[in-house]
Amino acid sequence: MKNKINKLTFTSMEVRKKILELITKSKSSHIGCAYSLVDILIVLFYEILNVNKIKSVSPDRDRFVLSKGHACVALYVILSKLGFFNKKILNTYYSNNGRLAGHPVFGSVPGIEASTGSLGHGLSIAAGMALSAKLDNKKYSVYTIIGDGECDEGSIWEAALFATHHKLNNLTVILDKNGFQGYGRTSDVLSLEPLRRKWEAFNWNVKEIDGHNILQIYNSLANIKSKKPLLIIAKTVHCKGIPFMEDSLMWHYRSPKEDEFKKALCNFGDKIK
Amino acid sequence: MRNSVVTSIKKIALKDKNVMLLSADMGFSVFEDFEKELPKQFLNVGISEANMVGVSAGMALSGKRCFLYTFAPFVSMRCFEQIRIDLCYQNLDVVLIGLGGGLTYAKEGSTHQSVEDIAIMRAIPNMKVFCPADPIEAEICIVEAYKKKGPTYIRIGKSGEPRLHDKKPKFSFGKSIHIFKGNDISIFSTGNMLKTAMDTAKILKDKGISVNLISMPSVKPIDYKAISFAASKTKCIFTIEEHSIVGGFGSAVLEALSKLSIMARIKCFGVNDCFVKYVGDQDFVRRKIGLDSDSISNKILKKLGI
Repeated sequence: MKNKINKLTFTSMEVRKKILELITKSKSSHIGCAYSLVDILIVLFYEILNVNKIKSVSPDRDRFVLSKGHACVALYVILSKLGFFNKKILNTYYSNNGRLAGHPVFGSVPGIEASTGSLGHGLSIAAGMALSAKLDNKKYSVYTIIGDGECDEGSIWEAALFATHHKLNNLTVILDKNGFQGYGRTSDVLSLEPLRRKWEAFNWNVKEIDGHNILQIYNSLANIKSKKPLLIIAKTVHCKGIPFMEDSLMWHYRSPKEDEFKKALCNFGDKIK
Repeated sequence: MRNSVVTSIKKIALKDKNVMLLSADMGFSVFEDFEKELPKQFLNVGISEANMVGVSAGMALSGKRCFLYTFAPFVSMRCFEQIRIDLCYQNLDVVLIGLGGGLTYAKEGSTHQSVEDIAIMRAIPNMKVFCPADPIEAEICIVEAYKKKGPTYIRIGKSGEPRLHDKKPKFSFGKSIHIFKGNDISIFSTGNMLKTAMDTAKILKDKGISVNLISMPSVKPIDYKAISFAASKTKCIFTIEEHSIVGGFGSAVLEALSKLSIMARIKCFGVNDCFVKYVGDQDFVRRKIGLDSDSISNKILKKLGI
């Protein structure tokens, strides 16, 4: 297990470095939230999802929907690393005549299961997928990542009611609680607390983890056995991994300038390609 | 019309187990038989239209064919963005059925009237828009929507509308239905205004005006051939719809003329750009706002200088 954690940690550093390069080069936004959920995505794609079935678009494949679509650069890098599409395509991220937009588009590249980006949509879509699995007696599981700010949207709570009413225990939602939304800290803009109790009141099975602790993420996702849908509240840090950029709303919007890029690169050392 | 729609969906659902009927808590006394016979293919999501559309997108992405049912204003406006992104952006096979289009439920007030739905639905890429005039057209629209890929909005009335066609008309996606042949003017009607349009044509016939009357259930795509023919063979085109004059069926005909680069005389009859302030039933409100056959025929005669 220790080796596995080391390997995943190394992979997360590689992915972070590539995200930094892509965001800097394309002058795009959202590096903060891409870094807050990257460890979760890595555990999902490297340890939990049946990736080969996803690649072959098998009807029995697990489904992953990135509801907080603005963090999609992290997903693109991971999909590319896993061979869903080649690096040339990855390098066209957010550029003229490229295939990878700033929010995921269904059908743009393999592995993107739904078009997202407008907040509050992905959970309903994931619930529809999970219900279909139940109706068709299929064993696949459905996963989605939502943001904490996204929980402002009423449609999240419509879907939350729906999922428990239909006992969608094949549905897992990971809530990337990085504490920021568009205009400030979630606690200042529209308080969500007590978040755990809210989801429990909606009759979800709720776990709380450190969203950057690979072992905790893995343990929360592996061998899920519950009669209810599962919500994992992952406490994360906006722009985790680059200390001078961590926990600052500015990095929801800005891309690093050249000097900032060089300074950020120092965090990765020579071993990370 | 409502019963015809439900019967048609049930026929399809009996043959295709992937067909699902979703309701946002509507259909009391309408869906019970469907639910009893096909319990795994019926889903009441509760009063949550946005979630209904999102769930249907997830189901469509998993191989299901969903028909969504609730009042027209709720299914088209409450969840507009879910329709735009989840259904149309992804071009998914989902059919939205809007009950009580136009002024069907006029007495209930503007919350339950739906006179902007055609405009907003047809503005979305990939969306098809059908407005059947009677139970027979409604049945054909359901079958057509099932046969065709991609999202469709079907705007229906309620129950008890009369059959306006003696026999099943020939109609398909993007085509129209010829009601009367005539040489002087053309009237295009969509949805539940067909009876009024037929009465208007009869009044005009008594005045010696020969009307080329067309029913156009398919607002998007629209029948360019019928519009081109009307513009070239008759003096003037009139459109009739129970919808705002902003962006609806009349606007679609105008856009078609523009696309065809045809100069034509045209006048659109519909609901003016304001909320209906009258309390009363559908016929009463239609008379008050000038959407009845007497008012329309008078305006046409005036336009023709008769």
